Amino acid sequence: MNQAVSHSAFKSQLKKYYSFYAGGFIGFVILLAIAEQMGLSKQWIGYWFLFATIGLYAGIGIMTRTSEVSEYYVAGRRVPAFFNGMATGADWMSAASFIGMAGTLFLGGFDGLAWVMGWTGGYCLVALFLAPYLRKFGQFTIPDFLAERYGGNIVRTIGIISAITCSFVYVVAQIYGVGLITSRFTGLEFGVGVFVGLAGILVCSMLGGMRAVTWTQVAQYIILIIAYMTPVVWLGTKHTGIPIPQIAYGYTLQKVTELEKKITADPKEQEVRKIFADRAAAGKAALADSDKSYTAGKAKLEQELAGLKSSNAPADKVAAAEKALAAYPKDVADAKKAWTRETGLAARAAPPRPHAQAFPGKDEAAQNTARLNFIGIVFCMMFGTAALPHILMRYYTTPSVQEARVSVFWSLFFIFLLYFTAPCLAVLAKYDMFTNLVGSQFASLPGWAAAWALVDPGLLNITDINKDGIVQWAEVLIGGDLIVLATPEIAGLPYVVSGLVAAGGLAAALSTADGLLLTIANALSHDLYYKMIDPSASTTKRVTISKVLLLVVAIIAAYVSSQKPGDILFLVGAAFSLAASAFFPPLVMGIFWKRANKWGAIVGMAAGLAICIYYMMRTYPFFTNMGVPVMPLWFGLSPVSAGMFGLPLGMVTIWIVSLLTAPPSKEVQELVEHVRYPHLTGDEIVSEAR
Amino acid sequence: MQLTQKHNEYWRKNLVVTAVLLLVWFIVTFVEAWYARELNTMTFFGFPFGFYMSAQGSLAIYVIIIGIYAWYMRKLDLEYGVDEGDLE
Repeated sequence: MNQAVSHSAFKSQLKKYYSFYAGGFIGFVILLAIAEQMGLSKQWIGYWFLFATIGLYAGIGIMTRTSEVSEYYVAGRRVPAFFNGMATGADWMSAASFIGMAGTLFLGGFDGLAWVMGWTGGYCLVALFLAPYLRKFGQFTIPDFLAERYGGNIVRTIGIISAITCSFVYVVAQIYGVGLITSRFTGLEFGVGVFVGLAGILVCSMLGGMRAVTWTQVAQYIILIIAYMTPVVWLGTKHTGIPIPQIAYGYTLQKVTELEKKITADPKEQEVRKIFADRAAAGKAALADSDKSYTAGKAKLEQELAGLKSSNAPADKVAAAEKALAAYPKDVADAKKAWTRETGLAARAAPPRPHAQAFPGKDEAAQNTARLNFIGIVFCMMFGTAALPHILMRYYTTPSVQEARVSVFWSLFFIFLLYFTAPCLAVLAKYDMFTNLVGSQFASLPGWAAAWALVDPGLLNITDINKDGIVQWAEVLIGGDLIVLATPEIAGLPYVVSGLVAAGGLAAALSTADGLLLTIANALSHDLYYKMIDPSASTTKRVTISKVLLLVVAIIAAYVSSQKPGDILFLVGAAFSLAASAFFPPLVMGIFWKRANKWGAIVGMAAGLAICIYYMMRTYPFFTNMGVPVMPLWFGLSPVSAGMFGLPLGMVTIWIVSLLTAPPSKEVQELVEHVRYPHLTGDEIVSEAR
Repeated sequence: MQLTQKHNEYWRKNLVVTAVLLLVWFIVTFVEAWYARELNTMTFFGFPFGFYMSAQGSLAIYVIIIGIYAWYMRKLDLEYGVDEGDLE
């Protein structure tokens, strides 16, 4: 009873703190907005946001520092459902969700919705299959559960390896995001940005482990949701007249669809697309016989120049011809690269992709493959969500099983707020560009377009292809990350909102990185060191080792991300497929099927992982370019969705191998019963015996 | 401890509600996505219906599924005396 009183007192205290905090943050933004009007420079606004928010996270980290084992690993198991939901939301939403999601939807239209569905629907699986049972089990990590349920160190080892692999891949992407945001908004160098962000991550997770990470993540969620909503609501009100644009953008989508048709039929647009198609065809033809076309191309330019000179042409024409000759590739290899680039322009020769249309494709077969890939991504992201250790770990921190269930509800609710806004933002941004950018004069582009095209041609590139001085849609090339970053300016908001968005992106990246680093360090210190190497280690020693490992892992991850590794989105997707194949079958079958045993789990996890890795290695260009023999796609399914083979195979293997070998011991069966009921008389004895 | 008839009944009911909610989840996810082209011919608040479901409708249903599960299980816990006492 006493516990109940202190619990609700704790909760109301938390509510008070965070309300003050949210109010304080809004006040801070307003103050900066006033300062901007009085002439504070953009760079200083960037610095203020960067250092104020990181300082704040560090402050929370210092205030909640701890060396106690249960505080360090599971925040003392007294995080109320509502706050655990916010923390999970921040833990979950990474830089990719915050910055990349709306861009993916902008470029991919309906197809991008696979990510939105996959990254939300997975929580149904977490709620129905995992969270309450793991909470009842009540240990510290996910390998803990696997080891206890199936017995033996082999299962734990596979668990540790899988947990570290998928978390590490993911954390590299986060730290990369931190570097990108800090460097873009403050002008610091990318490498410096990475390490400034890293300091923010470390100060909090190292001092206070899960406890500090939890309370910082709540703070980070509040910042990131304010930052995401502000510009969207503004832009939405501008275009729909309703301050809840998520409801009203259906009509905007209709207008976008009509404008797409207009753009497809417009003769000027067709002219530009034809130029691209011709250039692509010319590039392809040149590639067919590169040596010959290289000499022919050069000779032609030289001839032209000679002709101009001999006919006493005006000086500017001669200069242009000289310039063209100078720009001609130095050798055949260079020319080949240039022609390959030109062939790539074929993509820009296509009319705009209809935003709302599901699975566009040239024929029935192509459409069905598109549909299968949509479903493949949804499937892998959902089951991957329900198997990522850094998310599942969060449900160890609630005070009870019921709170764990409610906490999944709040988690998804808070994630939902951002994810149902992203498709809306994509449509609004597209409409704005169709109406304000397309058809404008090159001499007087909208302010934001001119500014961003200067900042980074990879994000926005507008070139007058057909030289008519007017912007055609086909002449605009947009990078996905632009959408969120430039929305404040598209909506005509002051720069302070851009700073706010950057702070939100930073919060998203930092919070996810925190959770992931903690998962890796715990897998190493708790599962590997304490459970397998030195079970007699004192609690202080365990926590200290965890802190040291955290630092080491963080530095390695920062080093890897400063190398700017390639396709990060693929790596993130791959992490989900791997987690779905390795973890989901043994976790869920361990709870719902008493007969599942050690050998079933070992062989099942290995089989799921193996098929997943095999499929990716044989089909993904990164590996096949390194010399792995290529194989055709199975059913046309893309390598990211390898989990669609791994997960069912893992399930079936566990089932067959378990039935072929001896059933698990009575103690294990009792453990399964123990986790199935929130409270059984005699629970206390069981937990003491462990 | 030895499980009673009542405990088994609790677990069975838990499995039933899990299965029912999972079926709803399956329909609004995979059946919806499979027929997205057909659904898109209908209009809902100005949206093509398939687009609306994938962007908002299914997501909202996910939140509701989890809410119903938490509420129902709390009721079941109390009914079968396996609740964790007055922690809340």
